[in-house]
Amino acid sequence: MATAVAPTRAQPVVIEESVATRALRVLARAPVHIVLIVIALLWLLPTLGLFFTSLLQPEDLGEGGWWQVFSEPSKLTFENYRTMVGNEGITSALITTAWITTGATILPIMVAALAGYAFAWLEFPGRDWIFLGVIALLLVPLQMALIPIFQLYNATGLYDTILGLILFHSAFALPFAIFLLRNFFAGIPKDLMEAARIDGASEMRIFFRLILPLGLPAVASLGIFQVLFVWNDLLVGLVLAQDNQPIQPAIASQLRQFGANLEVIAPASFFSAIIPLAIFLAFQRYFVQGLLAGSVK
Amino acid sequence: MEAPPGGPSPWRKHGVTFGFLLPAVVFLTAWVIYPAIKTFYRSLYSDRGDEFVWFDNYTALFSDERVVTAMKNNAIWVAVVPAGVTALGLVFAVLTERVRWAVAFKFAVFMPLAISLFAVGVIWRIMYEKDPDSGVVNALIASGRDAVKEPGVLPTAKPSSEAVTGTPKGGIRLEETVEPGGTAFIGLTAIPPRDMPESAKQAVEPEAREGGITGVVWRDFKPGGGTPGEVETEELGIPRVTVELRSSAGGKIAEAKTEDDGTFVFEGVEGGQYEVVVGSATFANPFGGVSWLGEKLITPALLIAYLWASAGFAMVVIGAGLAAISRDVLEAARTDGATEWQVFRRVTIPLLAPVLTVVFVTQIIGVLKVFDIVLSLAPEASRDNATVIALEMWEKSFAGQNRFGFGSAISMFLFALFIPFLILNIRRFRAENG
Repeated sequence: MATAVAPTRAQPVVIEESVATRALRVLARAPVHIVLIVIALLWLLPTLGLFFTSLLQPEDLGEGGWWQVFSEPSKLTFENYRTMVGNEGITSALITTAWITTGATILPIMVAALAGYAFAWLEFPGRDWIFLGVIALLLVPLQMALIPIFQLYNATGLYDTILGLILFHSAFALPFAIFLLRNFFAGIPKDLMEAARIDGASEMRIFFRLILPLGLPAVASLGIFQVLFVWNDLLVGLVLAQDNQPIQPAIASQLRQFGANLEVIAPASFFSAIIPLAIFLAFQRYFVQGLLAGSVK
Repeated sequence: MEAPPGGPSPWRKHGVTFGFLLPAVVFLTAWVIYPAIKTFYRSLYSDRGDEFVWFDNYTALFSDERVVTAMKNNAIWVAVVPAGVTALGLVFAVLTERVRWAVAFKFAVFMPLAISLFAVGVIWRIMYEKDPDSGVVNALIASGRDAVKEPGVLPTAKPSSEAVTGTPKGGIRLEETVEPGGTAFIGLTAIPPRDMPESAKQAVEPEAREGGITGVVWRDFKPGGGTPGEVETEELGIPRVTVELRSSAGGKIAEAKTEDDGTFVFEGVEGGQYEVVVGSATFANPFGGVSWLGEKLITPALLIAYLWASAGFAMVVIGAGLAAISRDVLEAARTDGATEWQVFRRVTIPLLAPVLTVVFVTQIIGVLKVFDIVLSLAPEASRDNATVIALEMWEKSFAGQNRFGFGSAISMFLFALFIPFLILNIRRFRAENG
């Protein structure tokens, strides 16, 4: 691949470039552009397929692939989405998911910010060891908690509740959140902290007035991660909810008859993907920063 | 890292610290640490929980056929995905490095990362649809095949009258032999209108020709009735049918293709008796589609879908790594006379090594836990073959089986696979922080 890039790289700065050499250079790179265009189209194709499938009526789907929309655009209709809005199971699952996502994003970030500050700037015995423990918890798969929590929730009435799911997601988000925020907070200049302490500001005040505002970029990337993670979760919802299922498990329950339920599955899947996609698009920068900051989850 | 000197009394200070840490400690203890210990404990008891069985659940893991398949499948995932994702990411990152519209390309490849793996499974289930008329993957294969090999035109045809016999497999032939100067009427029915080639025209009765054999192959069906064996108005000729002329001994002598009106001609036929046969190639079934979601191909199908979803992650992380490499180092190598490939191989790749490792390890951790996409992409009929450890854990524990002892043992097994990475993580942290 690198050889394809070679011509331009080999001549870093050409100050006076004739039209001919320039045309030649562009031409030499044409294959790269063509390859990239083909790859990009291939990568968009599957999602487009879901989108167009969701806009076709079952009887049209029975007749052929979703690409029939190119020859017969009149077949496109929002009918499936209209039906979906009237489908109590799907709409209530979407609302439930929105609540869970909101709670399970705000709560762990608050808790982790407090702990991250303590690990970064407060002195206490065993601090580094405890933090090492948090790092170890990063790699405990949530399967390790499912059975005991399922039983506990059944015994305490938290089973099948929005609160139960929020608490579970929050707990498993904490190790990564504490890790990320502690590292970010630790990078805040020491002078700033000392100045605030000399001014007699309480730790609480420092935390809310100095640390949180400065840590906003980290909080933002963490927030986006968590929104995507919770919104897209299938397993936890499948295990800890039944009638109050979030959207992914709710769609999963339609899978048994994939072909017959496609007019429900396709719009619901596409719609459920729109929300994280929109958030991702709006905050792409923070998402990428978070990705780079915390590579292991 | 150290707290500044002075400040409030130690007691008060620790009180404050305690306040900052308490919520996290409560959460982690109640929802992570305690349940994890409980899971270990539970894995030593029977499924109903009333009998201490030592490590029986663990030995049972290796005699459960599906769990063993799951372990093998996870091994395949680990062997394929991290290397595949890293390679794709590296290629994409390098290719886009000097391209102006890289942002658009990156968006296309990165986007699936925001979509749930569950929905990714739904997306690919539509892609992998077996019928080439509804699944993109098979449609692409079918169009590739059709370019090489002409498909049969009449997969379902049957003789229309007693004058014609045979089966699609052996070829359909005229009951009676024909001699030069004769004509052959091969009427066929049971051809759905959509199977008729678009170029088909009104069938025409063939004219006898001296020294040759002429004939017609047509769709012997007239809406509202008609006479079988006769070419009538509104009956269409079938174009592009391969007609064979066979000697009475059965050997093929000549071959002809029908015109749009269904007629065909064999010129210069020597005297004798001949069989006129519509060859079996005409009746060959068209490409029916690869069964991607069937038992045999389900895991490769899953891997492709997962690579599609994850390549963007590697591309972005590696792209950031590339951007961070100092131009001076690369220039220095070039000045020393290194070729582009040498620069890439000897300078860029070693400098990228830490980033590549991070991507690779992240992907291993991801595929060890893989669950959602298997549940949504693999139809129930191929779950036995597609299953992975996390799916087994869920099915054995929750999908109506309630085998909590066994399920806990599966969780422990999964956790054990993570321990090397856990140690790696701790080591890395300690190395970075003295």
